[in-house]
Amino acid sequence: MNWILVFISGLITYFLRYSMISLIKKDMLSERTKTLLGYVPSAVFPALIFPAVLLENSGLFVSYNDPKIIAILIAMFVGYFSKKIIATILSGLISYWIIIFLL
Amino acid sequence: MKSSKIFTKGVLDVLPLLIPVVPFGLIIGVIGIELGFSPLMVYATSLIVFSGSAQIVFFQLISGGASPIVTLTSVGVTNSRHLLYGAVLSEHLESLSTAWKIFLSYFLVDQSFALSNRFFKENRSLENKHYYLLGSGFTLWLTWQISSLVGIFLGAIVPEELGLAFAIPLTFLSLIIHEFRKPDHLLVIFVSGFLAILFYEIPFKAYIIAASVGALIVAFIITNIKLKKK
Repeated sequence: MNWILVFISGLITYFLRYSMISLIKKDMLSERTKTLLGYVPSAVFPALIFPAVLLENSGLFVSYNDPKIIAILIAMFVGYFSKKIIATILSGLISYWIIIFLL
Repeated sequence: MKSSKIFTKGVLDVLPLLIPVVPFGLIIGVIGIELGFSPLMVYATSLIVFSGSAQIVFFQLISGGASPIVTLTSVGVTNSRHLLYGAVLSEHLESLSTAWKIFLSYFLVDQSFALSNRFFKENRSLENKHYYLLGSGFTLWLTWQISSLVGIFLGAIVPEELGLAFAIPLTFLSLIIHEFRKPDHLLVIFVSGFLAILFYEIPFKAYIIAASVGALIVAFIITNIKLKKK
């Protein structure tokens, strides 16, 4: 039974990835839809970011001075000015390590 | 530009994003074994499903005795954001053969989507730009396969004290950081984050897609206002 579920889960995930790529043709998308789709990363990724930083596994809020909050604010600051992916990640990770290991 | 060069660019650009992929892959292997699944089945989820969040949901629900319908619904809802990714990239992949589309879709994950979306927009006229999605997606795939295998057989060899789980939100932040300069995007970003916190407890991990759709409604209103001004 579990093996069948593995395969169906794989099929579901695959078709979620494939369906829109295969179905949508260029002339189906209006200028308005294209503009709207430009917001997809800004609409999806914060839903993965905010709970991971602000909530404990239990679903309760972390305290306001949690190392993750301070570190992500530093990463936002560095990323905003550097516009670099690597600088954003490393500044956040290194400041997180400094806070939890050294301070 | 040569296809191999574009492929390599995809590989190189994705390297910093691998920082949390390795420990997350290890954890998938460890959790699967701890929850009582066979090594072969744990690895099969990495190969067949190839989606960390869905794999965790899968192991937790089945070992907790959830029904097949609940398990499959959760996997579907958790991964429904990929519909949006496909819709965004469809414009750039339309001219490809069906075989290419079938092949490339397997590698469409969060990180390869975000990177390719930017690369495709900046290189619209490049005929073989899809090699970028292949390069970034394949690298993520390979890293995922190896790290989940290592997790299955060697355990979590990266100490948890390093807190590398925190690198997951950091990589997603880095993928939208260039949008922080645009006030309209900033609004959409904070609406999505606020809704994700608000909806966090709703069933099937639906908070991800619920927050995304909520934020896209705000984006839709912004789009309408913008187009009216023109």
